Amino acid sequence: MMTYEKLLEKTALEDDRFIVMTAENRALVRNLPASLGNRFIDTGITEQTMLGAAAGLALRGRKPVVHALSAFLTMRAFEFIRTSVGIANLPVKLSSFIPGVLSDGNGPTHQAIEDISIMRGIPGMEVFAPADEEDLVEMLPQIWATENPSYVRINTRPAIVKHKPYVFGKAEHIFKGKDCTILTYGFMLEESVKAHQLLSDLGYQVGLVNLRNLKPFDGDLISKLATQTSCFITIEDHFLTGGLFSILAEYLVKNQILIPTHSIAFEDRWFKPGRLSEVLIHEGLDAKSLVEKIQKFIQK
Amino acid sequence: MMNEEKLVQLQQFAKRVRNHIVPMASDGGCFLGASLSAVDLLTYLYVDHLNLHKGNLRDENRDYLFLSKGHDVPALYGIFAELGWIEADRLKNHLSTEDHIYWHPNRNIPGVEFHSGSLGQLPSVSIGVAMDIIIRGGENRVYCVMGDGELNEGSCWEAFLVANAYKLDNLTFIIDRNNFQANMATEDLIPLESLVEKFESFGMMTQRIDGHDFMALEKAFSNIKGQTGAQVIICDTVRGKGLPSIEARADRWFCNFSQPEIQELLVELNEGFGANLVAETLVVR
Repeated sequence: MMTYEKLLEKTALEDDRFIVMTAENRALVRNLPASLGNRFIDTGITEQTMLGAAAGLALRGRKPVVHALSAFLTMRAFEFIRTSVGIANLPVKLSSFIPGVLSDGNGPTHQAIEDISIMRGIPGMEVFAPADEEDLVEMLPQIWATENPSYVRINTRPAIVKHKPYVFGKAEHIFKGKDCTILTYGFMLEESVKAHQLLSDLGYQVGLVNLRNLKPFDGDLISKLATQTSCFITIEDHFLTGGLFSILAEYLVKNQILIPTHSIAFEDRWFKPGRLSEVLIHEGLDAKSLVEKIQKFIQK
Repeated sequence: MMNEEKLVQLQQFAKRVRNHIVPMASDGGCFLGASLSAVDLLTYLYVDHLNLHKGNLRDENRDYLFLSKGHDVPALYGIFAELGWIEADRLKNHLSTEDHIYWHPNRNIPGVEFHSGSLGQLPSVSIGVAMDIIIRGGENRVYCVMGDGELNEGSCWEAFLVANAYKLDNLTFIIDRNNFQANMATEDLIPLESLVEKFESFGMMTQRIDGHDFMALEKAFSNIKGQTGAQVIICDTVRGKGLPSIEARADRWFCNFSQPEIQELLVELNEGFGANLVAETLVVR
């Protein structure tokens, strides 16, 4: 099975435009110094300098793939991403590690649950959230192929569904359902798939979409589904503000599409840190809690 | 050693650049003080030092100069006009939305390598370019011109650590040490001295010179070759250099003068101190 690290190594060995950078976050790229030599650059715990240097490397024609923990990548270095990478629209590829609830026991300092919101606000920035490592590896070649900057919520958990081939900019429509359609992305697909099964067992016809990309946003699919399902439910490990629910609301209002829409997200608060399985239960994001919430939404 | 002819040529070039800059301090204004302090060192670099000419501005083997302090971009506009990289007539478009000539650098102007304006951003961008040149085995060099006030930004010092770690011998940081930041003397706000010791302690070969002395500039820039890591040249300069009526004044950072005032300043610039000018009548808007 292809892993993130093997794919990155293969890509960089085949195309010397690629430079692998990290702000001393080597979890995903531990074996690459040996194979990439001076095209592996670790700037130490300096997210800002790493992003500025990535812009400089991109100015010279390179495609830097940069690695850091999500919170520090997107927020400590935000102005460097927005100003040096974004204004120049340079092909710097951001690999964001432990986004959303995947920061589990770290606590609020490490909780990147506003990352989608702030990254999508940068003109030209593309934003992706693969559901698992299989999805990630399926999507990355196309993400890395563009000449735009991109932000990827890295998720290397094993897949629990067999994914369809990735079409750039398109969502993955996994199940159809007239009672409601769940829209989700990244890690939360895992609990959503389990919730879908439980709801099916209860006799509900629930649709499920793995968004894959938040920007570009697959509006065509949303427009189509709006005529085939009774309501949308967004599920995300992100603040309510600025994430998928906001993106969907913007799309629906802009296109004057009227459909009941509900959200499951963090409403103006940090989540309780702990073991991932316990975080999910505590925050009502485990499959059982999702089922209870979704049933109420459907009955409204 | 620089001969007399070369020295006069550089001095006259810098005078012409100042003549391009002063009119920009009207009808919207510009950061006049910072632009004038950097004119001589930038003149030296573009006229006599950098491997840069109209024909190689996009060549991968060119030298790179990044203007991190940004405010002094009128000096670049003036230099590029004198070098023929842009039409001198274009400078009249300063602040027109029909052109790209505004208060901070941008890449729509031939010769500008990167946009700036947010302080502390370009030291790291310079590092990325210097790293790539080393990876590719290039001989070209990278220069990053910074303001002294800019050194308040922590990202500068983070970048210096990384430049040292990667032994970027092709990278030179140039500090326009005019002793003022926006509103105050640097030493009255966040003292920077002793700067030489600070930079040396970061592992960088550091020189301190008179940034208006072309011979000193030539000597300092000839010393940077063959070093084993990044270097620093601190250029002691005078904010507003060339116009005694605004020199070294804390309130002459951003200037927006009336046309008659601009005419008086041009007389002062070209005919020397003692021209018919009363500084206190100048209005900063």
